[in-house]
Amino acid sequence: MDRRRFLLNSTGTVAGGLLIPRFALSAPQESLPAGAVSSGILDALPGKRPLVKRSFRPPNYETPVAMFREAFTPNDAFYVRWHSAAIPELSLAEWRLRIAGPGVKSPREFTHAELTRKFKTHEVAAVNQCSGNRRGLFEPHVPGVQWGYGAMGNAVWRGVRLKDVLEDAGLAAGALEVVGNGADAPMLTGPDFVKSVPMWKALDPDTIIAFEMNGQPLPVWNGHPARLVVPGWTATYWIKALVDLQVTDKAYDGFWMKTAYRVPKGMFGDSGFASQDTEANSAITSIRINSLIVDPAPDAVLPAGRRTEVHGIAWDGGSGIRKVEYSLDGGVSWRAARLGRELGRYSWRQWSFAVQPKAAGTQSVAVRALARDGATQAGKLVHNPAGYHHNVVQKVDFHVA
Amino acid sequence: MWRDFRCAAALACAFAAGAPAQAGDESSIVLAPGEGVGQVQAMCAICHSLDYIQMNSPIQDAAGWEKTVTKMVKVMGAPISPEDGAVIVAYLARHYGKEPLR
Repeated sequence: MDRRRFLLNSTGTVAGGLLIPRFALSAPQESLPAGAVSSGILDALPGKRPLVKRSFRPPNYETPVAMFREAFTPNDAFYVRWHSAAIPELSLAEWRLRIAGPGVKSPREFTHAELTRKFKTHEVAAVNQCSGNRRGLFEPHVPGVQWGYGAMGNAVWRGVRLKDVLEDAGLAAGALEVVGNGADAPMLTGPDFVKSVPMWKALDPDTIIAFEMNGQPLPVWNGHPARLVVPGWTATYWIKALVDLQVTDKAYDGFWMKTAYRVPKGMFGDSGFASQDTEANSAITSIRINSLIVDPAPDAVLPAGRRTEVHGIAWDGGSGIRKVEYSLDGGVSWRAARLGRELGRYSWRQWSFAVQPKAAGTQSVAVRALARDGATQAGKLVHNPAGYHHNVVQKVDFHVA
Repeated sequence: MWRDFRCAAALACAFAAGAPAQAGDESSIVLAPGEGVGQVQAMCAICHSLDYIQMNSPIQDAAGWEKTVTKMVKVMGAPISPEDGAVIVAYLARHYGKEPLR
């Protein structure tokens, strides 16, 4: 359906051309804008394998869904998202991290060597998902980067706890938010990309300043030499090329907090970020429960009378995956999929089940995940102006022959 | 004034230019010909590749494109005069709008 069209077109088939089988066009809902389809070519950034290019500059590239068969997304396949084309390249030796602001008692500056010598190493497996992942599937469409399903990835992040570093500097009474800034710069006079998190999230033992992902230094495209890792929260808070932390005693009101990355108040529950709540809206925070069919691809043809294993992933904001269910009859009845090993509560969880279509035609497959906190995926899109939190239950009509 | 902004953009580019943080080849992007395409190429491309325009089409009407251009000027600091802004909005609505003329 949506992804079928997207994949076909990403591999060069002409939209609306004769090569697209009829069944691929049967669901006009949830497809990327035509211009996003035609401009979404496969392209390799230096050090990366070919990804689906959304924009060259700043580089915004998404991971092809087939890569999500791996429990952890390889670094060279991990999606890329920048707000400004002025991407810094800092050597680990020259890199410094400053910690200051009215909320700290003793401002600090650390080198990488000092940080890793002084503080205990911590590792966390976590999904990193762009707030706007799947924005391109919104109906009606909303402007912004027109992402399909691939503005996300799962990795093991390794670094030092933000909590340990903040406590070393000493938190003053009234410390309210921790404001992170990377070395990237706006192109002209626009606002610098700066984000804050509330103290409780900054002090969470799984919130880290990461130097490595999947056992390797962070790629430049993913924030070398250090980035914030804020497990469970959307990637907007995971500041790349992190160089500065300010602990404030009032709510940070820069453009990327106050105006951008906002959801209507109450639409997605309590934000958990009270100092950023207004009458009208809240900062986007926790990742919503979600799942994705990874294999077979939606344009695959299932063999009639034979078993096909369906594989996918499910994840949420950190409560963990309780159950994944699938329906082969358009949502009338649901059965439990097999769950893979739990890799950590912020990691995604793999699942699978078998389907054996009896005869040629169409086999409908729908999948929904249930979280340990009781949350389920949306049956219908919860439309919001910036195109966030798309977690509609996915349904694919596979062709059977 | 215009020259100053181009300088600023050039500096930003130099900052980003050292390998490997070199993004892909923008020369593959071809915009629809028409009145205003020159202004779009000269001004929008200071900060971002022009595939942003293709990617975001056809989903906005003229009012939507005007909102986008206004944001680029007022928030992001794009050095676009009101006159050029109007030409750019008309071009975008005509070629990349909800009901584009091709």
